[in-house]
Amino acid sequence: MYWNKKIECADRSDMRRLQLTRLREEVAYEYDRVPVYRKKMDEAGVKPEDIQTLEDIQKLPFMTKEDFAENYPTGLFAADQKDIVRIHASSGTTGKPKVAGYTRRDLADWGEAVARGMTMAGQDENSVIHVSYGYGLFTGGLGAHIGGETIGATVIPMSSGNTKKQLTFLTDLKSTMLCCTPSYALTIAEAAQKAGLGPDDIALQAGLFGAEPWTQAMREDIESMLGIEAHDIYGLTEVTGPGVAISCGKGEGMHISEDLFYPEIIDPKTLEVLPDGERGELVLTTLHKQGMPVIRYRTRDICYLTHEKCACGRTTVRMSRIFGRTDDMLIIKGVNVFPSQIETVIGTIDELTLNYKILVGRVRDRDTFELQVELAEGLEIEDIAFVEALREKVSHALREMLGIGCKIRFLSAGTLPRNGGKAVRVEDTRNFND
Amino acid sequence: MTIKQLTIFVENTTGRLGALTRILAENGIDLRAAVIAETNDFGILRCIVRDPEKARAILNQNGFTASVQDVLAVVIPDRAGAFDAVLQPLAAAGVAVKYIYSTVTSDDGEAVIVLKADQQKMAEEILKAEGIALAGEDKLF
Repeated sequence: MYWNKKIECADRSDMRRLQLTRLREEVAYEYDRVPVYRKKMDEAGVKPEDIQTLEDIQKLPFMTKEDFAENYPTGLFAADQKDIVRIHASSGTTGKPKVAGYTRRDLADWGEAVARGMTMAGQDENSVIHVSYGYGLFTGGLGAHIGGETIGATVIPMSSGNTKKQLTFLTDLKSTMLCCTPSYALTIAEAAQKAGLGPDDIALQAGLFGAEPWTQAMREDIESMLGIEAHDIYGLTEVTGPGVAISCGKGEGMHISEDLFYPEIIDPKTLEVLPDGERGELVLTTLHKQGMPVIRYRTRDICYLTHEKCACGRTTVRMSRIFGRTDDMLIIKGVNVFPSQIETVIGTIDELTLNYKILVGRVRDRDTFELQVELAEGLEIEDIAFVEALREKVSHALREMLGIGCKIRFLSAGTLPRNGGKAVRVEDTRNFND
Repeated sequence: MTIKQLTIFVENTTGRLGALTRILAENGIDLRAAVIAETNDFGILRCIVRDPEKARAILNQNGFTASVQDVLAVVIPDRAGAFDAVLQPLAAAGVAVKYIYSTVTSDDGEAVIVLKADQQKMAEEILKAEGIALAGEDKLF
């Protein structure tokens, strides 16, 4: 079953022709409307009319997360504000969020991309889509939502939390698809099991899971406990949100909606474009975006591409799962966390030093997150209440910055091991390879 | 009259307390009294030592968060009801006790209780008025 067979199963030459037409329009539009990127192109000595073939994209300068920080909040918007109908945002490195703006057409395209994936997962207008991604600035909730509405399904905007209520709606409204992070799917599956509900009591057929890395074992657990087929969904706020790519379940990897998003894989050091099958950094160019197009945006996600026709009949390029990151970003409990954000927070608290360590682990398929931080020298600690009040203060400030909770452990000054003068900052013991 | 107490933050990890006592031993610092208030991941060691400022400096140099405070050393006879006689007048005056611990009993049948109140000055006056003796550092060493 295809949502848009003409695109999803297009001849490669037709797809490339469409991509080139759209790329030329997008670059001309970006050059015209976004002074920051025009300046980059001028500095690189490239004009929109220099884009004559798809390979000419390699002449264009990259965009990075730093471009978002420097042009916060709307410096990368190309459309006039009167045409922007929606804002989303994700966390940035310096504490400033990366803000994205969408026009009506952008939202329709987003819905189209997610609709293709939901159709891959067997959903249609008779389906009931249960969305347990968070609603709000995070693109997860409203991204899945718009896909469900596009296929004409009945969408339940549950948002995350209150697992008992989730289970009630899931069973009583006979939801056929669950959309959430894999770890939350597991929480729901375990709650169902505890309530004595097996696959036969639940109408679910499929799950659309993303926003965090997960293991094969976890996938198998969720699939068997809920009696569903799990599909992966990939995306990022800077490019649009979830739906850039979705897995069909027949062949390996995720199908990229490449009429909307043009992928390249580069060597993050030499910046050379790499061929199919070679791992490198994923670079994405929007081909049909108005609100905030991005050109050669460096995602920092490591994966590889394949252009082979898939067993499902689709011809669109597929991306592998994400093997890691090129920067220091951590995804903890589905939330993007940069060590620099934590540094910003502890820098504002006089009782702490800037010597800290972030410990990320995995217990029963859920992330654990602990911050160890050294206390300031000469700090007067007389009682436990003082330490607990300080812990509360740090915990609150971190939650404000990151949006998730964190266990805090205080250490005496000078106790964290230094590596060449600098404390080793992150210890991530999670293993997603088996 | 008050005495000085040394307070040390101790992470609740295996060997950490041993590292602390090793430093005290190597520097000839004698603990006259010691008590730990503990939570899941850290403890606070309160102790009475002969030269608390020197001990603090040594501990700070060795990676321990240590500080020094004033506390009361209350001398009471070693018999039933003596402790109660200390606490009742404080409670009646609305003075809250933050923590208490006992030191080694002195040779002449008296006990010395280390006491920290939320209003130290007032506690001192009340106890004096009740005829309860407060010890200086000389009595403890």
